[in-house]
Amino acid sequence: MGTLYLLIPLAPLLGAILAGFFGKQLGRKGAHFVTSGLVAFSFILSVIAFMQMDANEVYNQTVYQWAVIDNIKMEVGFLVDHLTIMMMLVVTFVSLMVHIYTIGYMHDDPGYQRFFSYISLFTFSMLMLVMSNNFLQLFFGWEAVGLVSYLLIGFWYKKDTAIYANMKAFLVNRVGDFGFLLGIGVIVIYANSLDYITVFERLGVAMGGDNNMLPLDALTQAWGLNHQDMIALLLFIGAMGKSAQVPLHVWLPDSMEGPTPISALIHAATMVTAGIFMVSRLSPIFELSDTVLNFILIIGATTAFFMGLIGIIQNDIKRVVAYSTLSQLGYMVVALGASAYSAAVFHLMTHAFFKALLFLAAGSVIIAMHHEQDIRKMGGLKRHMPITYWTSLVGSLALIGIPGFAGFFSKDAIIEAVHASTLPAAGYAYFMVLLGVFVTAFYSFRMFFLVFHGDERMDDHTLHHLHESPKVVTIPLILLAIPSVIAGYFIGTMVMGDFFNQVTLLPKAEHLHQVTTIMVDHERHPAMEVLREEYHGIFSFIFHGMIALPFWLALAGVGAAWYIYMKDDSIADWFYNRFQWLYKILDNKYYFDTFNQKFFANGSLNLGTAFWTFDKTIIDGLFVNGVAKMTGWTARLLSHFQTGYLYHYVMAMALGVGFLMAWLFMALSA
Amino acid sequence: MIPLSHTLIVAAILFSISLAGMFLNRKNVLILLMCIELMLLSVNLNFIAFSHYLNDLGGQLFVFFILTVAAAEAAIGLAILVTMFRNRRTINVQNLDSLKG
Amino acid sequence: MIDWPILSLLIWLPIVGGVGIVLLGDKLGAGRQAALAIAILTFLLSLPLYFSYDAAAGTMQFRESAAWIEAFGINIRYELGADGIAIPLILLNTFTTVLVVIAGWEVIQSRVSLYMASFLIMEGLVNGVFAAMDAILFYVFFEGMLIPMFLVIGIWGGPNRIYATIKFFLYTFFGSVFLLVSLVYLYMQGGSFFLPDLYMLGALPETAGTLVFFSFLIAFGVKIPMWPVHTWLPDAHVEAPTGGSVILAAITLKVGGYAFLRMALPIVPEAAMEWSWLVIALSLVAVIYIGFVALVQTDMKKLVAYSSIAHMAFVTLGFFLVFKLQLSGSDPSSSGAVMAVQGGMVQMISHGFISGAMFLCIGVLYDRMHTRDIKAYGGVVNRMPIFATFFVLFAMANTGLPGTSGFVGEFLVILASTKANFWVAFGAATTLIVGAAYTLWLVKRVVWGEVTNGEVDKLTDVNKREMLTLGVLAFAVLLLGLWPDPLTGFMDASIRQLVATITDGMTVVTAQVGG
Repeated sequence: MGTLYLLIPLAPLLGAILAGFFGKQLGRKGAHFVTSGLVAFSFILSVIAFMQMDANEVYNQTVYQWAVIDNIKMEVGFLVDHLTIMMMLVVTFVSLMVHIYTIGYMHDDPGYQRFFSYISLFTFSMLMLVMSNNFLQLFFGWEAVGLVSYLLIGFWYKKDTAIYANMKAFLVNRVGDFGFLLGIGVIVIYANSLDYITVFERLGVAMGGDNNMLPLDALTQAWGLNHQDMIALLLFIGAMGKSAQVPLHVWLPDSMEGPTPISALIHAATMVTAGIFMVSRLSPIFELSDTVLNFILIIGATTAFFMGLIGIIQNDIKRVVAYSTLSQLGYMVVALGASAYSAAVFHLMTHAFFKALLFLAAGSVIIAMHHEQDIRKMGGLKRHMPITYWTSLVGSLALIGIPGFAGFFSKDAIIEAVHASTLPAAGYAYFMVLLGVFVTAFYSFRMFFLVFHGDERMDDHTLHHLHESPKVVTIPLILLAIPSVIAGYFIGTMVMGDFFNQVTLLPKAEHLHQVTTIMVDHERHPAMEVLREEYHGIFSFIFHGMIALPFWLALAGVGAAWYIYMKDDSIADWFYNRFQWLYKILDNKYYFDTFNQKFFANGSLNLGTAFWTFDKTIIDGLFVNGVAKMTGWTARLLSHFQTGYLYHYVMAMALGVGFLMAWLFMALSA
Repeated sequence: MIPLSHTLIVAAILFSISLAGMFLNRKNVLILLMCIELMLLSVNLNFIAFSHYLNDLGGQLFVFFILTVAAAEAAIGLAILVTMFRNRRTINVQNLDSLKG
Repeated sequence: MIDWPILSLLIWLPIVGGVGIVLLGDKLGAGRQAALAIAILTFLLSLPLYFSYDAAAGTMQFRESAAWIEAFGINIRYELGADGIAIPLILLNTFTTVLVVIAGWEVIQSRVSLYMASFLIMEGLVNGVFAAMDAILFYVFFEGMLIPMFLVIGIWGGPNRIYATIKFFLYTFFGSVFLLVSLVYLYMQGGSFFLPDLYMLGALPETAGTLVFFSFLIAFGVKIPMWPVHTWLPDAHVEAPTGGSVILAAITLKVGGYAFLRMALPIVPEAAMEWSWLVIALSLVAVIYIGFVALVQTDMKKLVAYSSIAHMAFVTLGFFLVFKLQLSGSDPSSSGAVMAVQGGMVQMISHGFISGAMFLCIGVLYDRMHTRDIKAYGGVVNRMPIFATFFVLFAMANTGLPGTSGFVGEFLVILASTKANFWVAFGAATTLIVGAAYTLWLVKRVVWGEVTNGEVDKLTDVNKREMLTLGVLAFAVLLLGLWPDPLTGFMDASIRQLVATITDGMTVVTAQVGG
């Protein structure tokens, strides 16, 4: 198995190296065949690995030793269980689709080979992240995907907005990584190891129960945080950066400056869900801290609802989908907070399919529209692009959670889990995610109607050239549309069943919780237990969904979108005029960007200038050059005695001898 | 018989005159040289006086050494003086301040 | 084991070779070739150090011992030796010198032989610093290093070179004068300049210990440089020619760090312990304050120079965490002290590669555009794609991206500081954000974007020579980042011994005070 697992990430790496360094020699065709072929190879291997996997055994092996410092082993190694294998399948599958799609989308781009090299490199990094068995490699993958994201957002490096967005993305992610790294640091204090299993074991021992055996230090205690809170909080800050949770979400909408295929792959399907994956993987740590779970609920719910609201007023097709991604990530985070990790991961998977689909469909529209992204200038595309239309419809229905589509199962599971959660913040979260359902349906179908239905608002030139995209574009759409429908039917095993829960990583010890792939402390966080008890098969779940509130909210959203944007657009205007202030707030994205720019960016520059002035005037001016000037000044003063006239010197000498002799006489006589 | 003290006083007066000549003279370098010679002579006078007083010929021996050195010094000094005049067209002490700080 | 005097050879071969090149090079017109030959030979000669050193033992090996100055009953000896801490630095030095000679190949046109010879002599002197086991011998090499660098900046530097070179010289010289006084004082106490003897001194009178420590702090702190005695570095870098900057950043700064480890910590552990909070505080100030200063620089070299200061602060931070960790650690075998020192050491080696590479990159641009002003650039990637790839790689390494060497040291130091005090780690970790901010902003303004002006438009991509130097460094940066074990494993035993020496010093002191 070891070789197999090793080949899975290395194949895309090889592709990246070949396309990157030998792009010229390979040529455009060569580059896309090599990279797509190797990713396909990687996907097939993942499928094989999944087939061969023994449900009760976990692969946990070291690949090589990175370093041993202070008796702490730092290694690169793989931990492959059901959670990993699911992520591997999703990553390689979506990546493969995006590779194929790119052949069409980037057809005329001069940086063709470079692009393939980057997305293959991304696939490698992401696989290393999900397959890791320790915190070091997790952090490696974590930052490596950030790097590739940086390179890809700035892929069109001539665009000012793109190179601004990629820097912003990297820096905001770094804020998250800052917390993440400190979290790893605190873990090392208590566990003295970086290996997941060892850490879970030792933290379990060190923190079993509620006693504070090892207080962190006075200040954190003053904040009422104990060490398990601290660890979980710091790690979650990392997740907030990568998974774009408020207030570290600001980079994701801007990341749409990158080419559309990477928006689908990185900024919707895989990389941004790394935070969700991380929290699920580290569930034994998060389960120890109710405080942080509450915090997670609040952050997630806030993101889910308020970011969705912004989606309503966006006119850029990609930005609508981007805000929808933010909102959906919020849903996943809410599930994490409710300890429904399997539901979060399940939503991660379904979302990867339908959101990649929506992005790629948006890309297909963008090509057809000659790189026009404003939905106000589209309309009536249904006729011209039937495949894009139907696949988009599937994606949108999945997104808003119409029973039967994948999104319905995962989202309903989340909503139910939040409903069942006993944490204090769950009430707020439940309310927000319910409202979010309406908002999601509204913005999704607002976009859908504006793009595909109604009048053709584009200019004549574009209109005449409108046609369905080539096969390399539409085939991935169709291939993604299929799991967007059927993936939901795995809810029985993945969420309600034991797919993630019963893979035991450690033998059960008396004083330990049984550490499993996803560990839930069912006594304190019973949400999933409640869900499981209420679950009676897939059809009853669908049926129950049809009579539940979220479904009607979604329908209401679609209906409202249809009425406002297709039927009677005076309502939109009325809203716009009546709620000018609200529009302004939403249009400015709650002023996060303004605040960050004013406070952090300008603040840093001012601080830097102030420090530098201090450097120049006080340290260098006053002290360093001051001493030099003092010396010079004294020397100049003393140099007046150096007249250059011989007779002055002689006189001084004579006087000196005189004084010396006088002193000598006095000394002798005394 | 002239007592020793008289000779010593004369030598001291000579020495003082030469010293005064050195720092009072602002004009000619030549005078400086002469002052140096005078100073050496005053020292010689002391040597001779003590030699006579102590009845030790060593003092007079030293006088010869000093005279030789003084002659050499005068020669070098004059040579420098000539070169200096050639270069700077002046031997005025007041103008010689290139060592000014 | 090697039975020929390898360390002496590493010191004197480049020095003698350098002098020979000064005398003969220009006459024969082969100064460059000869310098390259000697540099490569020295590098090859230094390789056996790594391969035949018994890393498991971690002791001082390749010992050489001879009487040097014995007049007046003073006992100054020519004592050489190298352990797992010194050898990586010697290798870094010999390696970098080869690159610098290649980097200056056609760039330097006036007094080529003297230029090349300066770097060779520098190389020998620095090897001397790393290998010296006698305090005075150390001091002589430590001071001697100033001379070649003084010449390099003063002769081949930029328009303001005289100011910079004199500032550099006086600043560092000012520091080391105190060092000499302290060494003489220590000799009075112990009757020996031999470093292991000095470690055994035990407790000095309290004021004396503090004064000795502060003299070390000033001498080495200026060299590293620590805030607030850092202001010579940006000036020196800005005026120095590319090769000078590379050596300055990659090698000279390391001497300060090495000296802390070899002298300040083990000789006066009690005072170092007492004042470690100060050094830690200054290091944190350097990380944060200097990071912000780097952010607003308009001169590329100054920016990288300031970033050097911020990165070197991790070295001092790591070294001085030892005390807190050793005192608080329940289990001394994994208290984090070894990790802290390892982190500092790896950071030094890595910074040697990265800052060297950054300065080489700036040199590449400067050779073409003759300006270091960031505003004059923009969109370089359009004309120099290969160069841009290198530049982005090294910039990422500079921000401490995992997988590059820049990550390893920072990671270890941050982990170790979390063990000591969470808020120290908090301060240190801000480099993740600030470091990324100034580096990426530089990249954004220089590399990305449309071609901003005609000058940039005329740029040509790196030539073979530049590609060689940058490529070798890129390889080193990635290798150390992906697999630091060959380095950390090599240093481990020596660092453990050092930490044990320091701890013994602390306990001896405690025992003496208690008794």
